Amino acid sequence: MFKLTGVGAARGVAAGRVYIYEDSLLAFNNAPVGDANAELERFQAAQKKALAMLSRLYEKAVEDVGLENAEIIEIQRMMIEEPDYNGFIQNEIINNRRSAEYAVQLASDKFANTFAAMDNDYMKARAADIVDISNRLIRILQGVSLPDLSNLEEPAVIVARDLLPSQTLQMDKSKILAFVTAEGSTVSHASILARSLNIPAVTGLGDQISELKPGRIVLVDGHAGTVIVDPEPRLITEAANAFEQAQTELRGLKAFRDQPTVTRDGCKVTLAANIARPSDVSMVLENGGEGIGLFRSEFLFMESAVPPDEETQYQAYHSVLKRMGTRPVIVRTLDIGADKTVPYLNLPREENPALGYRAIRLCLDRPEFFKVQLRALLRASVHGNLHIMFPMIVSVRELRAAKQLLAECKQELREKGIPVAGTIPVGIMIETPAAALLSDELAPECDFFSVGTNDLLQYTLAADRMNSKVAQTFADGQKAVLRLIHLAAMSAAKHGIWCGVCGEAAADPELIPALLALGVRELSVSPSSILQVRRQVCSLDLSSIRDEYVKDLAYKW
Amino acid sequence: MIEFNIEIHDELGLHARPAGQIVKIASKYKSAISIKKGAQTADAKKLFSVMALGARQGEKITFTFEGDDAAEAAAEIEQFVSANL
Repeated sequence: MFKLTGVGAARGVAAGRVYIYEDSLLAFNNAPVGDANAELERFQAAQKKALAMLSRLYEKAVEDVGLENAEIIEIQRMMIEEPDYNGFIQNEIINNRRSAEYAVQLASDKFANTFAAMDNDYMKARAADIVDISNRLIRILQGVSLPDLSNLEEPAVIVARDLLPSQTLQMDKSKILAFVTAEGSTVSHASILARSLNIPAVTGLGDQISELKPGRIVLVDGHAGTVIVDPEPRLITEAANAFEQAQTELRGLKAFRDQPTVTRDGCKVTLAANIARPSDVSMVLENGGEGIGLFRSEFLFMESAVPPDEETQYQAYHSVLKRMGTRPVIVRTLDIGADKTVPYLNLPREENPALGYRAIRLCLDRPEFFKVQLRALLRASVHGNLHIMFPMIVSVRELRAAKQLLAECKQELREKGIPVAGTIPVGIMIETPAAALLSDELAPECDFFSVGTNDLLQYTLAADRMNSKVAQTFADGQKAVLRLIHLAAMSAAKHGIWCGVCGEAAADPELIPALLALGVRELSVSPSSILQVRRQVCSLDLSSIRDEYVKDLAYKW
Repeated sequence: MIEFNIEIHDELGLHARPAGQIVKIASKYKSAISIKKGAQTADAKKLFSVMALGARQGEKITFTFEGDDAAEAAAEIEQFVSANL
């Protein structure tokens, strides 16, 4: 028994037999070809075939690792058609009379080296994609097929010098116990695939890889980055159990993807997601999000040298609404202040930007600017289930002023004959103590509350959560904030509207029971937390814990 | 000629996926479209050219559009990058 150490690329422990994965290309000669045009046609035919193969592989990849990780296949398809790559190959064939295989090899070396030379880990890893597509083209030209794992009778530890993106995606994932490679990095595709399948991966073993002979039993620890050869039987059993447990956990979590979010005593909770930009929607849908509880609109305003015009905003809202279909999408209107750099807003320097000219205050003070966002939202509303939410509200006056501007915009659009959705629920963020304390007066004037616990905590405890010197304050602050949330939830219930939470607390397993017991009926969390929150909510019985939470928060007069 | 700058917010920088999408969009238009990062210039219609910029999170890049359909091209690309980068 001995141990090899490399770099841990994906957590987990697995034990099994070594299977050496080799992608061997036939040797080809460099003699000049007779008919260069025919050779070019050969290349173009191979190119077409490669594109078709990748299309099929894309479908498999989406199923195995999700849309996001399958994108690399789309990138590879673009690479195969890339003008500089193709131009180089064509030139080598026509002008230098190289064989198609040799021309592709030269292109592979040239372009892979350009990327490998970049001082950016991500770009360096792309060199592998160029080698991958080039090898695929050469294999097609030679009539050689990729080794796959279909001949394996039982799952094995896949050992290779290096694993190229499409090789890993092409594998039958039920045959893979772990990946072990000589080269590679934590951002290479084998590592990404391993992480999304929850199986261990160790890279960077270098020449030590030659110790791993076919059929040998090894124990792979993807966190420690080690491979133990011929481990003691005890270690193997432990590893096998751990692997089974991890897979069961993953399957268990995935099983919640399409389930409703209902407590054991029948309380339905809407489980939505917080997003910062349209591209986040994929993760929401992949994880079975029931809606978007907070669509932060700031990205439109911050990533531009000029204020985003109505059309630009409209496109962004439209794209999210469309993708979410009938699921609710709550867009929070601009929530920015002097703490962020937005040159065109000409925000005066402030001593306390968190307490200053920001969010709804800024918007109400600049109605023409605010109306651009409101009009864009109203126009987009016909494409889905839009809800609008105003941030930082502290008074009924503010809410009424904002609703007034919204009504004016609706009127303006109506007069122009531009369609607007019939019902657009309007709600407010409860993120200031004032909003919670006045929640009984605010509830009759809006359609929902969403508690922004991050800011509510700060404003209630008078402490900056980014300031480590006062971090202890937050540890003491729970009861005060829960009392405010309880107030808001009760006011909401009394006026027939719902109260949700969109701050970090919504995904906190220690706080979720309290939030639900106090009457919160919507949780909006980051997309990656959706499944575990759903699992937890489905396991709770609120009827048995409610009284205790309410009693705990009761005032001791 | 139309020009605009953006700062890259995505933690992976201008990586393969958005680069590919920019190339797809840019290739629809007749205008010459380039991306500048400091002293480097890339042709927005060529994937390797864009990727070779190696633009990272926090870096600023400038898009330049020249041609009859420059305005439409600029609008579509600006909308894409502000939503995705």
